[in-house]
Amino acid sequence: MSAAGRDDFFELDGQRVPLQPGDTILRAAARAGLDIPHLCWHPDVSASASCRLCTVLADDRPVAACVAPAVAGQKVECRTASLDTQRLRLLQMLFVEGNHFCPGCEKSGHCLLQAQAERAGMTDLHFEALNPERPVDASHPDVLFEPNRCILCQLCVRASDEMDGKHVFAIGGHGIATRLLIDSPSGRLGDSALSVDDRAAHICPVGALLPKRVGFAVPIGERPFDTEDTRG
Amino acid sequence: MSAAAAPTPVRKLRVATVSLGGCFGCHMSLLDIDERLFELIEKVEFDRSPLTDIKTVGPCDIGLVEGGLCNAENVEVLRAFRAHCKVLVAVGACAITGGLPALRNHLDVGDILQSVYARVPDDPELPLPLNRVLPIHEVVQIDVALPGCPPPADAFWQLLQDLIAGRAPQHLPGLIRYD
Amino acid sequence: MNDAALAAAGTVLARWRQDPHALVQILRETQALTHWLPRPLLAHIARALGLTSAQVEGVAGFYRFFHTRPSGRVRVLFSDNITDRMLGSEALLARLCARLGVAPGETDAAGRFSVDRCSCTGLCDQGPALLVDHHHVVTRLDASRVDALADLLLAEAPPDAWPAEWFRVDDGVQRADVLLQGLAADAPALAGVLRRAPQALLDDVAQSRLRGRGGAGFPAARKWQACRDAPGPLRCVVCNADEGEPGTFKDRVLLSAHADAVFDGMTVAARAVGAQQGFVYLRGEYRYLLPQLEAVLARRRAQGLLGRDAGGVAGFDFDIAIHVGAGAYVCGEESALIESLEGRRGTPRIRPPFPVQAGYLGRPTVVNNVETFCAVAHIARRGGAWWAGIGTAESSGTKIHSVSGDCARPGLYEYPLGTTIARILEDCGAPRAQAVQVGGPSGACVPASEFGRAIAFEDVPSAGAFMVFDGSRDLFEVARHFARFFAHESCGLCTPCRVGTELVVRRLDKLAHARGAGRGSAFDIERLHELDTLLHGGTHCGLGASACNPLRDTLAHFGRAYVQRSTADHFEPDVDLDAELSSARRVTGRTDAGAHLHTEQTP
Repeated sequence: MSAAGRDDFFELDGQRVPLQPGDTILRAAARAGLDIPHLCWHPDVSASASCRLCTVLADDRPVAACVAPAVAGQKVECRTASLDTQRLRLLQMLFVEGNHFCPGCEKSGHCLLQAQAERAGMTDLHFEALNPERPVDASHPDVLFEPNRCILCQLCVRASDEMDGKHVFAIGGHGIATRLLIDSPSGRLGDSALSVDDRAAHICPVGALLPKRVGFAVPIGERPFDTEDTRG
Repeated sequence: MSAAAAPTPVRKLRVATVSLGGCFGCHMSLLDIDERLFELIEKVEFDRSPLTDIKTVGPCDIGLVEGGLCNAENVEVLRAFRAHCKVLVAVGACAITGGLPALRNHLDVGDILQSVYARVPDDPELPLPLNRVLPIHEVVQIDVALPGCPPPADAFWQLLQDLIAGRAPQHLPGLIRYD
Repeated sequence: MNDAALAAAGTVLARWRQDPHALVQILRETQALTHWLPRPLLAHIARALGLTSAQVEGVAGFYRFFHTRPSGRVRVLFSDNITDRMLGSEALLARLCARLGVAPGETDAAGRFSVDRCSCTGLCDQGPALLVDHHHVVTRLDASRVDALADLLLAEAPPDAWPAEWFRVDDGVQRADVLLQGLAADAPALAGVLRRAPQALLDDVAQSRLRGRGGAGFPAARKWQACRDAPGPLRCVVCNADEGEPGTFKDRVLLSAHADAVFDGMTVAARAVGAQQGFVYLRGEYRYLLPQLEAVLARRRAQGLLGRDAGGVAGFDFDIAIHVGAGAYVCGEESALIESLEGRRGTPRIRPPFPVQAGYLGRPTVVNNVETFCAVAHIARRGGAWWAGIGTAESSGTKIHSVSGDCARPGLYEYPLGTTIARILEDCGAPRAQAVQVGGPSGACVPASEFGRAIAFEDVPSAGAFMVFDGSRDLFEVARHFARFFAHESCGLCTPCRVGTELVVRRLDKLAHARGAGRGSAFDIERLHELDTLLHGGTHCGLGASACNPLRDTLAHFGRAYVQRSTADHFEPDVDLDAELSSARRVTGRTDAGAHLHTEQTP
């Protein structure tokens, strides 16, 4: 907070947000306790800017708040009607791209995709389901990989690269066939260097990478996103 | 419903409900509005529904569709609902996404039938299953969706209150959930 | 994987000194020997480079010209730009496939050949064209050429033994102005130019008001100045020759006919910004230009124009290497291009930092288009004021247009900026044009009512494509073709582009009745408008942002083509419901009425 002068603020939906050198809009907002919806951003790893949920208007220009530098005096809009609609459609795109069946997923109540969709007021898929056919990988003794739930946020890639130093994950393919790759001779998780103690095994915001044998240890209704605004 | 309108008996809204490829859990949740059922029945009457045992759907104000499309009959019933209901509501996870039955979608339904039955039934009375279980919005246009597995009773109540009052359905925070 | 494949990879790895930044080159050169890239071979390359198998697999799976499944010993790719299609490429592809007994995308059972499509090969004025082994191009395809090609493929004749005439590529210059006329015989020598102070060279470019010719139109001098002012001892100059925008082929001609001017421009830029290293990022489709470009570079080194004390300027050490791409349109975006140069997937970087601040290996890097560097070669000799005197106040200089489609004289046309579309149409012989796609799919579809508009940054900007459509063409189909192109070329990073481009294709395919069974309706058109808004509202890079431009323009100007296709009066399904009963019919043997469904709701 050394050099925070009077001019070191930007405006987010009318609220003054203090900023520090090197801040992105999202980081400064998060520090101030203001929520900008996001999926692929995590404070502990570098940003991928892939989900685009955090798109805001910075001085009327659409930018991803997770990577856009916060600029003193800038006017940032997050909760506009058109951005809310855009966020809803992006969430629906992610839902139809994969297979996100919440009643059958252990991550329910703990899932950032679900929470963001509930907060965004999503009631339907809007688009047709794209029906991916990606085989489930249960080969690892301690971690399940369900690629149909992967939203390609790259958090596991970055956690494994930057925090675990193991490079277990990478991104493969392109376009709608983009997918998560696992570094092992068979391409399966069981043959990889991943340990259940790795940060990469726990950073998944959805139910694509799930530690095994802890299912429903926390009952539905008492999970992190089982709060007033999302789950009544 | 304003007080001024009270003396004239208001026409009851006609409501049809059906469970396609569902488990009737959504219907059970509707019944969970408990004593509010009495209030509801003052304002609506039921057309085709498991509650009435009417077999075909007639002209209705509201259609509540639970479950996804598993077979040919589901498609025909859904179409009849679309044709007869002014407001068609997709109710629950299965209607909205295909749901639990759609877990079979990566398998060949012909192979499933052959492994389940010694001799696959070919009675024309039986509806043929679709290759994939489909969410209903891929076959007809829906007007409102009520998510949840099942949707909470309060969500049903809120939706019906809104539709009865002629309001656009409001999805209140906390009433939208998917599990 | 056999020993031969390992040996092939070993030779290539040694040539690149096991440099992980050369991964794209290593994969390309290895595949040229092994025909495809099996997983164990990728793992072998990964070990040699100190990368993980998944990283290498991720790179191999990114580029369209790398094959991770068995491919034929000869690979034939039909150029699939809309202009190739207008010249009958699809019928020729079908003809070849029928003769060979394979389907598009398939490999012959004996492993002799594979046939498929690829994005535009930049031969629109002499198409239909095809690419052979990512190494040769065959132009001016017709039925007899295809029949003869089938015979050669079946006989396993190596492409080197095919008729040389097939490989002929013409420059096709129809109207030359300063750039296509080339440097005058008495133009000052480069060495003299380079002896001027770097800032003076930069100031000249600033005075010329030259703006980048790759599409974005960023002022060249501002880019250079930012790079020059960025901290760090090492700098790079990159020539973007990834001419992937469908319908654009001017850079191909500049590289084959005016390579010295292009390299002059790069050298001037290097001198101006203080760069030591130069790259030409040559798109994989132009691989056939590599030997002649390498020969020009070798001659320039021999002449002392490259290398230590380049041009005789003491302390100015600068050389140029050529990096060949591997089929990825998005690599035309400068930060994706740099990722590719560094041996990675061509995913556009997060900016800032911009390449001028931290580009290749973190060094301040200037990336400019081929035509931009060519212009620099002229400006450095004739002065900024001279260039600024050509064109309009906001758009100085000339611009080269790659003219193709429905016109009598396709080819290259160079005009001062500010020239009207009508003038170009008149010169190329297109009296019946109903629309022109200016600047390629990511540019603008201009209808006849707007042919009076000028091509200039302040009116209709252009990256160089000029595809003409006459009254016989269906602009809906043009837009659908371009939508497929963008979906195919999406890098897959960001949600709106990755999923949105696919959803656009599905909606258009439904309207075209090329998907499912139900007809389109107003519902589908409304969805298209919605997707258009979404993709314009915040994608990671310009590919996603411009992916719906053809859709937006044709909806606005040729809306009737869409309305004609939305014949259902209400929503109808996309899925073919009767086909959805196929498995159950198969195992029950039922044929009764109840064993079928109409996709459309019967009234």
